[in-house]
Amino acid sequence: MTEVRTYRRPMSIWWWTKKRSYFVFVMRELSSIFVAWFVVFLLLLVRAVGRGGAAYDDFLDWAASPGIVVLNFIAMGFLLLHTVTWFNLTPQAMAVRVHGRPVPPAVVIASQYVGLVVVSAFVYWLVTR
Amino acid sequence: MPDSIRLEVTRYRPDTDSEPQRQEYDVPLRKEWTVLDGLNHVKNEVDTTLSFRWSCRMGICGSCGMNVDGEPKLTCATFLTDYAPGPVRVEPLANFPVVRDLVVDLFDFMERLPRVKPWIIRDDDVTEVDGEYLQTPEELDAYKQFSMCINCMLCYSACPVYGLDPTFIGPAAIALAERYDLDSRDHGARERLDVLIEHEGVWGCTFVGECTRVCPKHVDPAGAIQRYKLKAAKESVKAFLLPRGTR
Repeated sequence: MTEVRTYRRPMSIWWWTKKRSYFVFVMRELSSIFVAWFVVFLLLLVRAVGRGGAAYDDFLDWAASPGIVVLNFIAMGFLLLHTVTWFNLTPQAMAVRVHGRPVPPAVVIASQYVGLVVVSAFVYWLVTR
Repeated sequence: MPDSIRLEVTRYRPDTDSEPQRQEYDVPLRKEWTVLDGLNHVKNEVDTTLSFRWSCRMGICGSCGMNVDGEPKLTCATFLTDYAPGPVRVEPLANFPVVRDLVVDLFDFMERLPRVKPWIIRDDDVTEVDGEYLQTPEELDAYKQFSMCINCMLCYSACPVYGLDPTFIGPAAIALAERYDLDSRDHGARERLDVLIEHEGVWGCTFVGECTRVCPKHVDPAGAIQRYKLKAAKESVKAFLLPRGTR
């Protein structure tokens, strides 16, 4: 077989800006950082609560500073993106069957939102009771 | 409707060009004409040196895949009128080395495909001589979707992971592995998992999901890969938790 001279096209580092779906994908991946940030934020809150009233007040003051508010606002946006995109992808990753019958994708997605609401309501009740 | 449309076709002649060039052709714009019809018009009437692959013209053979306006498409199923008034960019499938003009080198895939053993593997001595392997309609439904793949390579062209790391085994190969894993007649899941559990196997995938979106046969390779990840993760947990004999 004769050797064929082929041309390999270079891939730009900006490939993810070329298509909307690629951009959404990269934003979804990036959202993990903000999820991690909220975990850290929550741990700091728990630590402040554990250290008593003064530490908790300090935490609230710090959390109300403009920089943190802006950061949390952006993080919230990414968290919503994270939730919506992964919930939408779940039926593709999990072929759920009940009594041998496949569960429609819409039901799988809806059940996750129901789960989210139930857990959120429980946490809200726990915090405000 | 205008009576012609401009095709901006990528040309690459390895003997004279150091890199691909763009060439423009005006072709008749007809309601029933696909991009492939436009290219055949160029080949037959305008410029016989233009090279591209095609065969069946009915979305079965999978050989006429190209990037049309940046999207991987079967050109025999992509109508020129959808791009009117044009121009329409026609490029070779992304992520593959270009052999000439719109023809890409698929050697990588051809070498990779047999590694996932896309055929029925039995662990008993039953052969076709002993009669057919019987299957119920439900058992057929379990894998039918994944058996529709025509190896057109649109999914590889749409996959940025494959573009960035050509050692990634890729969407179609994994979907085919899943097709045989889900087949009630097959016993080869363990052997395939050994191949796909490697780094360049399912874990290379970051679930961009473009493979599924561009698939002309609705195979859903992205779904197959995520299910494989679940399977691989379960096996790892089992291997970690259970004593050897019970796995």
